[in-house]
This record gives sequence, C-alpha cells and structure tokens, in this order.
Amino acid sequence: MKIAVKYFASMRETMGKSDEVAELSDGASVSDLWASVSSSPMVENTLIAVNMEYTGADHILADGDEVAFFPPVTGG
Amino acid sequence: MKVIVLDGEFDPWKAVSDFQNENIEDGKHGGSVTFVGSMRDFNDGVEGISNMYLDHYPGMTEKHIGHVISDAMEKWDVIDALVVHRVGNIKPNDAIVLVAVWSEHRAMAFDACRFIINDLKHRAPFWKREASEDGERWVEGNSVDAEADKHSNAARPNSK
Repeated sequence: MKIAVKYFASMRETMGKSDEVAELSDGASVSDLWASVSSSPMVENTLIAVNMEYTGADHILADGDEVAFFPPVTGG
Repeated sequence: MKVIVLDGEFDPWKAVSDFQNENIEDGKHGGSVTFVGSMRDFNDGVEGISNMYLDHYPGMTEKHIGHVISDAMEKWDVIDALVVHRVGNIKPNDAIVLVAVWSEHRAMAFDACRFIINDLKHRAPFWKREASEDGERWVEGNSVDAEADKHSNAARPNSK
C-alpha cells in the first residue's frame, strides 16, 4: 500500500524533506512506517497525525493514508 | 462558526466587529469574550526578537480548530465563535491569534474562549521560528502560563 508522509517544522529539517511516499505491506502500523523512512528511533515527544487526526504509533494504516510527523506545537 | 488561517496582517477588532454585524442576531447575546494573542519581542530569555515565522499544517489546522469550536459549542451554550490565526512572517506587536465567543451569559463565553485558546496553544498544528541577532531557532514549547493552564479543560495530544 502507498502512504503519503509529511514532516513539519524541525522534523522537516531533520528528515531533509517535507514529504515523501512510502510503500508498505498491508497491516503496517505508524511504527513500521517510521522504521521504513528513518534509521533513527522516533524522538519521544514526536506527534503523529493520520489523515489530519492525532493518533499513536500503534495505529494501523490503510492504503492512501496521509501520515504526518511533527514536534510539539507552539501556536497561539 | 468561522475559522480563518491567513498569511498577512489583520485587525482583530475589525474582525470581531464585522463578524458580529454579519452573524450575530441583534438582542440575542448577553456577552462576548475576545482573546487576542500578539507577538512579543522577547521569549524564553531571548531579547530583541526581530521577527517570527509561523509554520502550520494546512488542512489539519482548520480541521482541528473546527473540532475544538464544535466541542466548546457542545459543552457550553455558545451562540457562535470566530477564530483567526496568522501564519507566515510576523513582526513584534502583530496580532497572531483572535478567539471571539458570543453567548447568552458571560460565564459561558469566558469558559468557552479559554477552552478554545488553551487547546489551540497545546494541540493546533502551528510552529514558531524566531529570529534575533543570535540567529534563528524553532521555539520548542509554548511558554508556561500556569494560571491559564490551571483552568484548561483541553486534553493533551495523544491523550485519547
């Protein structure tokens, strides 16, 4: 399945890109996705959104999902 | 409700006045509470911040703020609410965010406004990058406003 991946703020700089497409086997989780795009463990306070809703690293993905990884937010 | 994310200056007081004239029925609201957040030229011990860039997640930002306003409207008897949030390049003294809430009674307007701004600061996907003489840096966390957060009913990310 194909997953659209997005990175924001300092995460974009760490990854050296703002987005990419990942190819994963059916049943893969957000953790599996991270392992396929990075050789480093996910920083502890990383926030995860799937299809623009907050979720956790054990979330099981579906074909066409959009997954975003970003640092703690600082708006307002 | 209305959520506006914009790259460019805005006048929060005009936005409140325009929204009220266009959307709030005469004689039906007993109070409105408005919060305006603006940019300081100091933060976390850094002085002389000359400008700031506000990054965001287009789409999720609007969706998330819409959810928060819906939650507030379910929780309190809110007639209507307006949120405006800047993105892009911002300079000191500029308004960054506006939260305005109209209700029949003041207590609900205060509570709903506080709920929305607190959630926005802790959960809406915006990121500040500050520039000063020392260079640029991503702000790592919103400055602690213990008194404001004490009253917050906003859940933290990934708490569900």
